[in-house]
Formats: sequence, structure tokens, C-alpha cells
Amino acid sequence: MTKRSIELTVNGRLRKATVPPRMLLSDFIRQELSLPGTHVGCEHGVCGSCNVVVNGQAVRSCLMFAVQAEGAEITTVEGLAQGDALHPIQQAFWEEHGLQCGFCTPGMLATAQELLAQNPDPSDDEIREAISGNLCRCTGYEFIISAIRSAAAKLREANTETTLQPV
Amino acid sequence: MKPSAFQYERPEDLQAALALLASGEDTRILAGGQSLVPMMNYRLAQPDVLVDINRLSELDYIKDDGDVIAIGALARHAAIKSSSLIQAHLPIIAEAYSWIAHAAVRNRGTLCGNLCHADAASEMPAIMQILEAEMVVSKVGSNRTVAARDFFVGVYETTIEADEILTEVRLPKPGAGTGWGFEEVAMRRGDYAWCTVVATLRLSDGRIAEPRIALAGVEDCATRLAAAETALKGQAPNASLFDDVAEAAAKATRPSASATSDAAYKRDLVRALLPRVLNDAVARST
Ligand SMILES: Cc1cc2nc3c(=O)[nH]c(=O)nc-3n(C[C@H](O)[C@H](O)[C@H](O)COP(=O)(O)OP(=O)(O)OC[C@H]3O[C@@H](n4cnc5c(N)ncnc54)[C@H](O)[C@@H]3O)c2cc1C
Ligand code: FES
Ligand code: FES
Repeated sequence: MTKRSIELTVNGRLRKATVPPRMLLSDFIRQELSLPGTHVGCEHGVCGSCNVVVNGQAVRSCLMFAVQAEGAEITTVEGLAQGDALHPIQQAFWEEHGLQCGFCTPGMLATAQELLAQNPDPSDDEIREAISGNLCRCTGYEFIISAIRSAAAKLREANTETTLQPV
Repeated sequence: MKPSAFQYERPEDLQAALALLASGEDTRILAGGQSLVPMMNYRLAQPDVLVDINRLSELDYIKDDGDVIAIGALARHAAIKSSSLIQAHLPIIAEAYSWIAHAAVRNRGTLCGNLCHADAASEMPAIMQILEAEMVVSKVGSNRTVAARDFFVGVYETTIEADEILTEVRLPKPGAGTGWGFEEVAMRRGDYAWCTVVATLRLSDGRIAEPRIALAGVEDCATRLAAAETALKGQAPNASLFDDVAEAAAKATRPSASATSDAAYKRDLVRALLPRVLNDAVARST
């Protein structure tokens, strides 16, 4: 059916494209923008591996159409590190073994980003609740919880607000 | 797992949206997309025309309207959960939301979309029934108001017609002193309910007044427990009364089995959760 032109900002860069309405935002990010860091596990909203930050909120990119992102500001995992310097949340996942295969990690990072922006000092229960919508088949979650706890401390120490804008 | 092709429409106001729905084509409303897009990805839904209502900012509100709180079609779960109006007047809704889906889903999903989707295991239809909410349904040239008890018809079925939009949900503020209870068992937190029990009641001279109880997840449709309400009305709260009422409710219910929980287990859950909910409601009533 008729393609639509869209314009949006992804990781700080203005992107323009023409897409069929049925194209999922996840496929648009991976295939049209060649940013395959956003993973696709279930394509029905259950696993959270496709979570990206859209206008400051973590959302499932497999449950949005690319046309709906017209005018949006999106951060994917590729937008987190600055050159070779990992984002503090990424650094904490690295140090605390918050990943094994890494499939769930981009979605976990998007979720952690939103959580820490809203709640700089979450309890373990709050971290558990926040990542309840992200499935991990490897870590058993405990190291992910430690990583987010450690990331929160790093971010508080650095006294830098986690911006949900591209960093 | 890719949706079939559709024509995409993104009206800027309600009138334009209603006109599209009245076109006679095979249209479908897209709100938060958290139930519809999974169905489209599975091709369980293949609308010809998708009417995206996300630009109807006129419907994005949670407002105090005297005796009721009015929630518009675009109010997202996350906004309702954190709304100070909801926390002050309807804390049962804020509590229920901590059991409904996950933050990323609540950021997009809407209450009205949730009610129109009418999953049998969805919590909000039961809460709408005990709050005796009213649904404002609009189509080109007219509005109608439907009581929550008449709105839900069956599994994924409501009284909404293809050319209509649920534009607003009106929630009466519970009377002073009303206590509430909410309990749920699901496979994991954030999953659809195997059994949710909700209740509100008041105490008048130490006796139960206006008890309202509903179940979700158990039968094909959220249901008020009229017999239990009658048995409780005018009685002083006590443990053996609550156990008897729960026993009778568990016997009377007609559970639908699902892939992950069978009917006998659901009966057990009704028996176990109902007294807890009643105790909480009594403890919270003043
Ligand atoms: C992982 C996951 C877990 C979930 N867990 C739960 C849970 O525990 N409990 C629960 O209740 N829900 C749960 N949900 C569903 C979630 O609450 C959805 O947000 C909700 O069911 C649908 O709302 P929506 O705005 O996303 O609607 P959409 O998906 O956009 O639409 C749903 C249906 O309603 C129609 N519709 C939408 N808005 C209107 C309107 N205003 N008027 C008329 N028709 C309309 C659409 O055409 C469609 O048929 C879960 C979803 C996911 C992905
Ligand atoms: S791929 Fe989007 S939630 Fe699983
Ligand atoms: S690290 Fe493998 S799925 Fe989480």
C-alpha cells in the first residue's frame, strides 16, 4: 500500500525515509537504518529485547509501526557509548557480568535508562519490577540487578543526570 | 510474524477519526497498539484500514469532573498509574496497574484500548464493574453512555460497534470511608491474571454496606459476584463469614481453563483470595 515519508531523529541524527505503513519500527531500525543492535526476539511484546527509548520512554519497537515514529527522538543501544567510552550503564553491565550472550542486553539497557532517569536510587525490588518485562535466558537476572544497582551508584556519583537524549 | 499490508490513516481530531470509521471499509482503531499489533503480527487481525488515534490530543486527559474522574481514550496506563487524582480517589486502580503488563507496555497502552480489547484475564474490566463506571461511546453525530455491566459481552467482545470509539471512561469517586482490596495470582508479575479478585465496601455501624466484588481471569468475562454481595450486606465482618462466602463463590463460579491453569485451580484461587481481599477492604474502610 502507499508508502509514507517519515522524518525522525535516531541517536542524534536526523533520518528521512519512505516506508510501507506495515513496517514495524524494530525492522525499520535494524534494516533501513542498519542499526542491528536492537534485537528482535518474539515480535509480540513479550520479551523486551526490542525495547528502545522513544521520546524519553522505553517502548517495544516491535509494537509500533515506523510511520508512528514520525517526528520522534529515538535512542538505540548504538547511541549510548561515546566513541570508545561505554555509557556508565553499559560499563556497569560489563563489570558486573550483567550479560552472557548479550541478546537481551540492548532492551535491558533501554529499560535501565528509563528507570534510572525516573528513580536514581532504586531498591532491588524496584529494579526487579522494572526489568520484569525483559526476558533473559542466560544470567538468571541476579547479575543484571547488580549491574543496574552499580550503574545507579555510578550515575549518582558522577552527579550526572542520565539524559534520555542521545549522549 | 509480519503484519499484512494496510492503509494507514492518522486523523488529527475526533471528528475526522469518526468519519473514517463511518466509511464502511474494514477499519480498525490503533491506540497504544499493545494488544492490536501483536494480533496483527500474528495476522489474527488484518484490517484494510488502520485508524491511528494517537494524534487526538483532545482525548489525552485524566480530569476531575465533580463526582467522577473522567479518563480520555488516549490516557496511557503509565499516566493513569502515576496520576495524583487516581492515587487520591481510586488507589485500587494504581495498585492494579502494578500487576498489569510492564513499564514499557504501560508507556504506550491505554485504558480505553484495554477495555475495548476485553481479554477475559484483564484486570480493569473487573475494576470498572465494581466502580460502576460509565463508558462514553461516540460515533458520527451521536454519543451514547453504557454502564460497565453492559459493556463487556464475552471473550474479546464488547458492545462497541465498528464505527464507534470509546472516547471516555467515567469513574464515580467512591464515597467517603470506602475500603478496597485487590489480589491477583498470575504466572509472573505483569502477566494476565489466572485469578484476580477485587472488592470495595463501607462499614456502617460496624456492618458491611455496599459490598461490591468482582472476578477477572476466571470466567470468560469479568463478573460481579452478586450472591456474595448479598450474603455480606448488613453483616459484621468476621473470618467464618468470609470463608463461607468464598466457599460459595468458588462453587458457583464457572471457570474457563486456560493453557496454563485449570478450572479446579482457579476455584481454589477464588476460595483463597476472596477472604484476603475482604479483610483488606475492611481494614482500609474508615
Ligand atoms: C507483554 C504484555 C503484557 C500484558 N499484560 C497485561 C495484563 O497483565 N493485563 C492486561 O489487562 N493487559 C495486559 N496487556 C495488554 C495491555 O494492557 C494493552 O495496552 C491493552 O490491552 C490494549 O490497549 P492499547 O491502547 O494498547 O490498545 P490497542 O492494542 O491499540 O487496541 C486494542 C483493541 O481495542 C480497540 N480500540 C483501542 N482503543 C479504542 C477506543 N478508544 N475505542 C474503540 N476501540 C478501541 C482496537 O481497535 C483493538 O481492537 C499486556 C500486553 C503485553 C504486550
Ligand atoms: S521482540 Fe519486541 S518484545 Fe519481543
Ligand atoms: S544475556 Fe543471554 S539472554 Fe540475557
